[in-house]
Amino acid sequence: MLRFAPTFAIAILCLPLLAGTAGTLLPAFGYLPAIGGDRLTLAPFAALLAEPGLFRSALTALATGLVSTFLSVAIVALFVCGWYGTRTFATLQHLVAPLLAVPHAAAAFALAFMIAPSGFVARLLSPWATGWDRPPDLLIVNDAMGLALVAGLVVKEVPFLLLVTLAAIPQSPVMAALPLVRSLGHGRTLGLLLAVWPGLYRQIRLAVFAVIAYATSNVDMAVILGPTLPPTLPVRLVGWMNDADLSRRFVACAGALVQIGVTAVALLLWIILERLTAAIGSAIADRGLRGQRERAVRFASGVAMALAATVVFGGLALLALWSVAGLWSFPDAWPQSLTIRTWEKSLPSVAAPLANTLSIAGLSTVLSVIIVLACLQRENETGRTGGNRALLLVYLPLLVPQIGFLFGLQLLLVSGGWDASLGALVLVHMVFVLPYVFLSLTAPWRAFDRRYEAIAIGLGASPSRVFWAIRLPMMLRAVLVATAVGFAVSVGQYLPTLLVGAGRFPTITTEAVALGAGGNRRVIGVYAFLQLALPFLAFAVASAVPALLFRNRRAIQAA
Amino acid sequence: MNLRPILAAALSACLTSALSAPAFAEPDPANWEAVLAEAKGQTVYWNAWGGSTQINDYIAWVGDTLRERHDVRLVHVKLEDTATAVATVVAEKAAGRETGGSIDLIWINGENFASLKRQSLLFSPGWATSLPNWAFVDVENKPTITTDFTIPTEGLESPWGMAKLVFFHDSARTQTASMPKSAAELLQWAAANPGRFSYPQPPDFVGSSFLKQVLAETVTDPSVLQQPVESVDFAAVTAPLFAYLDQLHPHLWRQAKAFPKDYPSMSQLLADGELEITFAFNPAEASNQIAGGLLPDTIRSFTFPGGTLSNTHFVAIPFNANAKAGALVVADFLLSPEAQARKQDPGVWGDPTVLAMDKLNEADRAAFDALDLGIATLAPAELGPALAEPHPSWMTMLETEWAKRYGVAN
Repeated sequence: MLRFAPTFAIAILCLPLLAGTAGTLLPAFGYLPAIGGDRLTLAPFAALLAEPGLFRSALTALATGLVSTFLSVAIVALFVCGWYGTRTFATLQHLVAPLLAVPHAAAAFALAFMIAPSGFVARLLSPWATGWDRPPDLLIVNDAMGLALVAGLVVKEVPFLLLVTLAAIPQSPVMAALPLVRSLGHGRTLGLLLAVWPGLYRQIRLAVFAVIAYATSNVDMAVILGPTLPPTLPVRLVGWMNDADLSRRFVACAGALVQIGVTAVALLLWIILERLTAAIGSAIADRGLRGQRERAVRFASGVAMALAATVVFGGLALLALWSVAGLWSFPDAWPQSLTIRTWEKSLPSVAAPLANTLSIAGLSTVLSVIIVLACLQRENETGRTGGNRALLLVYLPLLVPQIGFLFGLQLLLVSGGWDASLGALVLVHMVFVLPYVFLSLTAPWRAFDRRYEAIAIGLGASPSRVFWAIRLPMMLRAVLVATAVGFAVSVGQYLPTLLVGAGRFPTITTEAVALGAGGNRRVIGVYAFLQLALPFLAFAVASAVPALLFRNRRAIQAA
Repeated sequence: MNLRPILAAALSACLTSALSAPAFAEPDPANWEAVLAEAKGQTVYWNAWGGSTQINDYIAWVGDTLRERHDVRLVHVKLEDTATAVATVVAEKAAGRETGGSIDLIWINGENFASLKRQSLLFSPGWATSLPNWAFVDVENKPTITTDFTIPTEGLESPWGMAKLVFFHDSARTQTASMPKSAAELLQWAAANPGRFSYPQPPDFVGSSFLKQVLAETVTDPSVLQQPVESVDFAAVTAPLFAYLDQLHPHLWRQAKAFPKDYPSMSQLLADGELEITFAFNPAEASNQIAGGLLPDTIRSFTFPGGTLSNTHFVAIPFNANAKAGALVVADFLLSPEAQARKQDPGVWGDPTVLAMDKLNEADRAAFDALDLGIATLAPAELGPALAEPHPSWMTMLETEWAKRYGVAN
């Protein structure tokens, strides 16, 4: 059984991806006989380059992606090293962790509602402090530099990276290192950054790459917060792909290849940045800098972490308030009237999307976790990890812009008559869920101290008993976190659900995005709340179960 | 009426095709009892823009009613952009799916219709004119019902509602009398009130329509707009339009460094007091928003005395639809006086009817007469003349040229 697990996983990841990529690659070079492209040509690239502002679009995608990833990693590193083990850390951790459950679109709306000229911050300060009786004509959301988009990505990626880091901490004992760096006279932030962070980073590196890939190629946040004249490249690709003029698809496919290039360049730049950071780290260590005056840095990282939580939760509370608001004019900080009308009107239409969301996310996540566990267990038995090639396979779905290979995939499914079926949807969701489950689980899994297993085998336990009695319970926290991540990923999927489901399987997210386009803040409030509730439950389970199960096993819980 | 020969021709055409290809019988709207029987138990996937809750709620009501009366299950597939549906049909054609397609009905008009018609991807021949409720349609006085953006509809799409470009403002802030009465005056107004006007970013449908409105007002010979854009000197015809936009943009909201996404977003900006003048393609839009508590009841409507764009929106059935009979039943119900009157109620949606009042019986006419069109809705006589939509190719070219000139503003 286990023997076939890796093959099976590779098939699930690669077959849709290969077919889909071929469906992107060939049209990019002009080949798509069904719409009149029957010979290879570079014309689509010529048309692409003739697009006004193409370079700018690619550049903003690259820059916002890299800057937001850098800020997110920096905040997490400084916060973990500066605060791990303190009461502040525990408080903020509990505050921030649920943010991971917030789908990207909902977080983007939340942020926009806070910082827009007509947003809550402006309302709180108006008119008494600002003198505004009407919203100022300021370009804050959709700004040309993409600062709002960077902010949105940061508040969304910081919780993700923090959670992945926390799941890795049991394998890199921070608390054990603290007395050591203290005894060497280091401040805790710099000391832990030098002593522990490199090991931690190695474990979360894959997750960081996934963040870069997402941040440089995302559509859902960029469409709400990002620049519009021109939009980032991925947003424009979606537009071209959906253009009624089918010849635009050649351009879209060529653009998808460029997007792959943009993401690749971002990863390359990041790897250079890693080297640079490592060199700076060594230099600091060599010079014997102790970093004892760290109060400002510690304070800043704590504030950044708290701010991420406040902005999103404040924004979500605001969305909830909008969902029950009657007329609510600027600069009132509170609606003129409250009404449950929006909820009354929305609830009947929520049942079907909710059921779809739950079944698709549930099935794709459970199947993915089982497959990943089987693969890891197989790897455990054979001692072969599949190396970098296997890793690349896992990565591909996260590196190729969704829209690029989904079109080709849709063609394949349509010709087989498999589109708009629950099975196809679950399968396509698994293409995205499985890598995240794998990425979240691999590092802690491989960092497991195998001497526990050696002891169990020495005591005569069978391999399967070792798995069920030793490995799985000790890894439960990491497994559940990976499950919750997978669930959240599935809940947040928009394009695959829409394209492969042919719209027949509306989920909370597809409904939210479709409604979000209308800008009706009250209905956005209803759907954002629901979008939030589902993954939140998953993460609540992920953190509650180990705490409950191992309440008398302190080493497993906290590590 | 010269309908009868067409009906007869359609009938005989259907009969011939039915005889020649008995295994591939398409539903024939002329035999309505058979259509109703075939539709029983079918599920109709209706791909329609889902950006407005009022419209979504109306479609849900249509679904409930049809399930009750005809055992037809209606599923509203909510789209962000109708072009997605066009793309899906084309993708299915490409994959060789000639039957059992995933879309049964599309809310459509203009360039999307033109594109599907040109590629022969619509259920044909002219089924729409054979629907029982077609008898009530105001073909005589509403030319846009038979000519969609200059393209003859030929019964390939069934009319659903009328659209006319109407502007809105808040009378609590400004007098209705001081509102601009033409595109030229709008420019002066914008210069005097910087940051208080904008339009949805093309290729948004309503945003592109604003471009066409200005084009129609600035062009020297309006008849050239009825021709395909390839046959005229685009640069020369549109030069006044782009000169206008060049002057207008510095005075727009956010100095034209960003634009509202669509017309519901503009309503939100109007409610927030960011924008002073907005517009929509539905004369009752403001009344509808007032009824829904989204806009204050001080919002009023105005149009340009020289005329504003006007068109019709339709539903069409793809060539490979899986539930054609069910789709026909839906299309026919949408044309019924009952459904049309409900649609025109500003408390529901406020979308103007495509029916002719003088073709209705007294009870149905009374239902329309009883409608309170709302405090912010202009009477039909105040709506001003209707400007014809240009050929669909203009829209595409205008959008491309707009993106070239203003798409990289930063």
